[in-house]
Amino acid sequence: MIDIDKLLAGDRRMAARAISMIEDEDEDRQKLLSELFPHTGNVLTIGITGSPGAGKSSLTDALTRQARQQDLKVGIIAVDPTSPISGGALLGDRIRMQEHALDRGVFIRSMGTRGCLGGLARATKDAVKVLDAFGCNIIFIETVGVGQSELDIMHYADTTLVVLTPGAGDHVQTIKAGIMEIANIFVINKADLGNTGKMITDIEQMLDMSSHHNGWRPPIIKTVTTEEKGLPELWNMILTHKEYNETSGAQKENERKRVQQEVQELLEEKIQNQLKLKLSSNGNMWKLVESIVERNMDPYAAANKLLKEFLSI
Amino acid sequence: MARKIRVLVAKPGLDGHDRGARVIARGLRDAGMEVVYTGLHQTPEQVVEAAIQEDVDVVGLSILSGAHMTLFPKICELLRENDSEDIKVIGGGTMPEEDVKELVEKGWAAQIFTPGATLEQIAKWIYDNV
Repeated sequence: MIDIDKLLAGDRRMAARAISMIEDEDEDRQKLLSELFPHTGNVLTIGITGSPGAGKSSLTDALTRQARQQDLKVGIIAVDPTSPISGGALLGDRIRMQEHALDRGVFIRSMGTRGCLGGLARATKDAVKVLDAFGCNIIFIETVGVGQSELDIMHYADTTLVVLTPGAGDHVQTIKAGIMEIANIFVINKADLGNTGKMITDIEQMLDMSSHHNGWRPPIIKTVTTEEKGLPELWNMILTHKEYNETSGAQKENERKRVQQEVQELLEEKIQNQLKLKLSSNGNMWKLVESIVERNMDPYAAANKLLKEFLSI
Repeated sequence: MARKIRVLVAKPGLDGHDRGARVIARGLRDAGMEVVYTGLHQTPEQVVEAAIQEDVDVVGLSILSGAHMTLFPKICELLRENDSEDIKVIGGGTMPEEDVKELVEKGWAAQIFTPGATLEQIAKWIYDNV
């Protein structure tokens, strides 16, 4: 069981167990989250996304160092993919974060996606709440190595960093929809490895054509994490974006959107569960399937009929 | 959803040979577990802290340096100090038979797998004992 008072007082074991409860979809998790909710809302969340090997873990490690210099308590949620074949996962993001392993001001949790396709795990947003209540001031959420369209992070982070590396594609890549649209800050990591000038030009041209900046045009920061280059600049830009979010009202606006989406998702989940229960308990479904296979009815009419029945319970 | 078994595979001490640990990590992944791998040269303190934060059921130590009679007791002691003695400690590597016997008898390791043990045996032991 989770001792809420201990968790709120910063007990690492309790925080870790609470996150496991959420990941395992334990039936008591909603009660736990309800109790934690009043103690949340005080944390800055930074999303770090980019392709596999772009340097997300090393960058998370380097930013953690910056945050610790300001004496901020840091949470890290590092997501790696779960195998669709075995259901297992190899979670290896901690390897790059060993410097902070014994720092009591840093809590690192690795997480498998467990079937979720948006670059995060289903449990990630609730794990953020646990670490928020646990007393973290800032949480870095590292996504799985993404392709072009795993974009869940944009809904859960106050600031999203898109990490790129030199030589990753021509200028057409920058005008495609998806990952290039969700950055609040672009980071060109491993900037010592290639022609960053062309990459910056491509991104700037893409931004020139984009009309929905709302007063924040995503800046581009060059970093070399192995040489500690560009990190104070990146940290300062994160703080600048935080200030922008607060003064422009974007912070509140984003939170409203986030909460609305969350309530909607919870509601959909509950309806879906009820619906499954109902469908499995009455035999109607199978009769309808038979008549559709016999071409006596079409799938659309069948769904409408079932919906009517469901709504009239 | 069923509880997922989480395992920390760690290489404490100074030997720089982690092929075995990576094979085990991969094998347990394929057996459906979530495996946290932390890399080389871990101190006992780092291993225990990672085990707590990751809320693992099992810590698997890979030791080829000969320091097993020091590292296993130290890690067990730290787990106890942190109220986490429910986390099972298992190990693998090249260790003399009499040491293996002593480690298990004194409760410093729940099980030791020496060369020749199969991935199936290790995964089965974990499924049976968690």
